[in-house]
Amino acid sequence: MAFRIVACCTGCWACLPLCPRQAIRAAAPHFEIDPARCTECAGDYPDPQCASICPIEGAIVDAAGQPLNPPGSLTRLPPAPATPLPIS
Amino acid sequence: METTSQSPSTAARIALHPCYSEQAHRHFARLHLAVAPACNIQCHYCNRKYDCSNESRPGVVSELLTPEQAAQKALAVGAAIPHLAVVGVAGPGDPLANPDRLFATFRALAEKAPDLTLCVSTNGLALPEQVEELVKYRIGHVTITINCVDPSIGARIYPWIFWNHRRIRGRKAAEILIDQQQKGLEMLVARGVLVKVNSVLIPGVNDEHLREVHRVVTAKGAFLHNIMPLIARPEHGTYFGLTGQPEPTADQLRILREACAGQGGATGMMNHCQQCRADAVGLIGQDRGAEFSWEKVAAETVDWQAAVAKRTAVRAAIERRIVLHSQIHHPTSAPASPSGQRTGALQSETLRMAVASNDGRTVDAHFGHAREFLVFDVSPMGARLVERRDIERYCSGPVTCGDAAPALAGAIAALRDCAILLCARIGFEPWRALEDAAISPNSERAGEPIIDALLAVGAEWRDRAPRAVSPAGQRLCA
Ligand code: SF4
Ligand code: SF4
Repeated sequence: MAFRIVACCTGCWACLPLCPRQAIRAAAPHFEIDPARCTECAGDYPDPQCASICPIEGAIVDAAGQPLNPPGSLTRLPPAPATPLPIS
Repeated sequence: METTSQSPSTAARIALHPCYSEQAHRHFARLHLAVAPACNIQCHYCNRKYDCSNESRPGVVSELLTPEQAAQKALAVGAAIPHLAVVGVAGPGDPLANPDRLFATFRALAEKAPDLTLCVSTNGLALPEQVEELVKYRIGHVTITINCVDPSIGARIYPWIFWNHRRIRGRKAAEILIDQQQKGLEMLVARGVLVKVNSVLIPGVNDEHLREVHRVVTAKGAFLHNIMPLIARPEHGTYFGLTGQPEPTADQLRILREACAGQGGATGMMNHCQQCRADAVGLIGQDRGAEFSWEKVAAETVDWQAAVAKRTAVRAAIERRIVLHSQIHHPTSAPASPSGQRTGALQSETLRMAVASNDGRTVDAHFGHAREFLVFDVSPMGARLVERRDIERYCSGPVTCGDAAPALAGAIAALRDCAILLCARIGFEPWRALEDAAISPNSERAGEPIIDALLAVGAEWRDRAPRAVSPAGQRLCA
């Protein structure tokens, strides 16, 4: 059981100090979660901390590769970037 | 609710702050350090893939520094630019969401640059829990971005906050954020910390509501309210930018600022903020960030004690200059009026005052002995020297006071566009003559530094009806 940080992470540092297991590393080109340490916060917090503060949709995924914060869930912007934008 | 007026020392602190005073910002330098990457809220005007587009300039990614690097950079800049006076942490995230990094930076600076004023800009969410720590580092100024005091409006600006280990959304999120901001504002004011409030004007969302925000923060003792225009372009990738949210026009911004200024109270409106970038260096409007990139300052050894001494000397010289030689034309200050016009007394914000001074620093001259008057335009933003006016002395010695009508008439002519005259002492007869010419003499500030006296009297004046200064209890010529 472990989460993973993927390429769209911007390295904003928000998640790193919150991890109760010190599983997150300020790596380049993006931050990384040590799968051996990550517990998905089970027993520490009801919600996984990294995924609860991460501002980037899709940056953190679960063991199945599903984004914890799917497109549109944080910004409220329509998911598909190719969608014509509403004007006013 | 009561509005408190600024004490002279508060006024002096503002007058010399390069971000808040229209004169000081031309003389002093400030440095913003980008040590705080993380943020604990999301705003609809911010794209978190870049720096915040409203708190910083759009599209410019700041150089992120460790606390040690940031302190080293501040010491190097402070040695190279002796008019550096303020070091702020303003982003790219929220400084108080990065307390360890923030306070490590401030600890290093408190030791090696104790003369520099430290400030912080925050969204306010984590403010109440950090107030005690901020006070410990003698933080002079805190800026809180407050866009609303109504959660239903807040829900249209903030999609989520991170609070107590959870992501909170919608109206509940806005309620918590607003509560924390207001609590933080009250706690800081209670501890004597200057609080500036920034608001982003978002047409159709909080434009009318910002008058209410102004009323509330004024009542709670914020010393400045800075209303900034929303920046929302599709290319920034923000929610507002991508959903066609209009930016305010220059007129919308001006009308709202004027409406807030017209609401009264002691909180000044700031009109010269340029939304400087988070790692800006130098004078506002004259960015020297590139000269002090981390690569350039990393290798430097700084004699910090020599730097402190040099800055202290330069600061004292600048402070004298701000009071005496500030001839800066600033587009937002009222131009000097043609003589004979009492614009000083008629404009609600700017008041023209004259000072009788021998040493040029304090209110130390007897009216009857003054060789010249220093004429200032005084507003909540500070005091601007308009000119020196030589006068014929009409009183040749302390005992002949009062028997020199032609000279007195000349002095009054020299003062006719001034609402108030500050002097150390004044005889009874000239007092009456000045009052008859609708000029209020004031000797209550005898011996005080000119800038303190001007700002204090200006604040009193704005709180009272014109010409309420009475001669009773004043020191009169024996
Ligand atoms: S889920 Fe929890 S334990 Fe795992 S990396 Fe995120 S914060 Fe750390
Ligand atoms: S919070 Fe998200 S974007 Fe920021 S460093 Fe962590 S994973 Fe990357």
